[in-house]
Amino acid sequence: MRAQFVLSEIGVGLRRNLTMTFAVIVSVALSLALFGGSLLMSDQVNTMKGYWYDKVNVSIFLCNKSDAESDPNCAKGAVTDDQKQQIKTDLDKMGVVQTVTYESQDAAYKHYKEQFGDSPLASSLTPDQMQESYRIKLKDPQKYQVIATAFDGRDGVQSVQDQKGILDNLFGLLNGMNWAARAVMALMLVVALMLIVNTVRVSAFSRRRETGIMRLVGASGFYIQAPFIMEAAVAGLIGGTLACAFLLVARYFIIDHGLALSEKLNLINFIGWDAVLTKLPLILATSLLMPALAAFFALRKYLKV
Amino acid sequence: MIRFDNVSKVYPKQTRPALRDVSLEVEKGEFVFLVGSSGSGKSTFLRLILREERCSHGQVHVLGKDLARLSNWKVPQMRRQLGTVFQDFRLLPNKTVGENVAFAQEVIGKSRGEIRKSVPQVLDLVGLGGKEDRMPGELSGGEQQRVAIARAFVNRPKLLIADEPTGNLDPQTSVGIMKLLDRINRTGTTVVMATHDQNIVDQMRKRVIELEKGRLVRDQARGVYGYQH
Repeated sequence: MRAQFVLSEIGVGLRRNLTMTFAVIVSVALSLALFGGSLLMSDQVNTMKGYWYDKVNVSIFLCNKSDAESDPNCAKGAVTDDQKQQIKTDLDKMGVVQTVTYESQDAAYKHYKEQFGDSPLASSLTPDQMQESYRIKLKDPQKYQVIATAFDGRDGVQSVQDQKGILDNLFGLLNGMNWAARAVMALMLVVALMLIVNTVRVSAFSRRRETGIMRLVGASGFYIQAPFIMEAAVAGLIGGTLACAFLLVARYFIIDHGLALSEKLNLINFIGWDAVLTKLPLILATSLLMPALAAFFALRKYLKV
Repeated sequence: MIRFDNVSKVYPKQTRPALRDVSLEVEKGEFVFLVGSSGSGKSTFLRLILREERCSHGQVHVLGKDLARLSNWKVPQMRRQLGTVFQDFRLLPNKTVGENVAFAQEVIGKSRGEIRKSVPQVLDLVGLGGKEDRMPGELSGGEQQRVAIARAFVNRPKLLIADEPTGNLDPQTSVGIMKLLDRINRTGTTVVMATHDQNIVDQMRKRVIELEKGRLVRDQARGVYGYQH
């Protein structure tokens, strides 16, 4: 009885305020879509960073057997144990170097698998196609050139890369976009909250007769407030569902089809469906709780119990 | 049933108190008229009983409870034991007569079976048997007030508060309403009724409490509307 009574009150309230309800749904959907988008963007950046990104500044890649055939830098054949030993001793002597880590072919294969998983490129790879490398952390990241001049062109060295330098520009761009998305999200959130407060106020005003009578016959505060709070929650949940649908569709069209970035940029590892799916419960919960809380606080002001 | 001990009420931003040092007691089963000109404090008196307001000084006891010490969330529990009737009926225009009465039971969580049983019963009692499915707008003022009384009485309150229940009705209809309230009073329900209707007070010969500028100026058993003026 009670549930049915409360549900019918909610339906009446939402229909009465149709335009306002619509505005709440749209603003909640937009702000949460941006919220989810910004979370996914961070995920994307983390996925692209790979195993070594935050740990080292410079990588010295050593020649392997296949490089010896194809790469002019490795014309003298794959790296030997003596060459490796020499590089290690030289690195240890250099003042700018903080730590040196050796990555074997097997370790490189393992890290590669972790990052790229089951992509077609990764599955055709074998450990002996990987390069051994020295991963170097510098005391001062700007001193990349010191390493480059010392080891570039040396026998057994295929290349010296400042990976962080290359990726930092891209990540800077992505981070900027991320912050922009967050700023717009914050604004949309404020708009959504103000709309909810206003909707609740209008709703409480148009139903003051009912609520007044409810009060007189001894309805509890919760019982009087519940329809208003649930109205806001239902509208928010619809908005949240739309936001979720938007994220799924967006991932599908940007990465898999439509823009199809995964085909055009096949060296970049993109976030998978699991990354999107794990965000959805958070978005739905936010879409339910945030309007409900906003309504609750609005009612304290506009609905005397 | 109701006890006021030296009760004063000053509304915020007003210097003149709406009630000044009022002390009185209403026993179980009494029928009390509350009279006085507009602004004499009748409404404040009733609002204090319903705990729509809290008193500024003194103590208000209703149904044995000190309202000042009653926490906010317990107020609805207290109000369920009171019935209220107003001059403007306060019916929901988009609900039928039966639904209006049932509303008082729905909001306190009565079961559908209970509601189905008690609504026709109480409508019979107020003389509106068979009009369950009519809309309030189709009824006369007297009938609407009967619906309001049915709603106030359906939960069998111990105390019925009526704020000028006959204020919008013609004298003949008013007599009918008064007979109904008298009948409810005879079932053991205490009735406190604020009114301006001199004829009614004079005919009923019940206890009369008169307020003037917030002071209690008369408390007379079997009184009339105004004896000294």
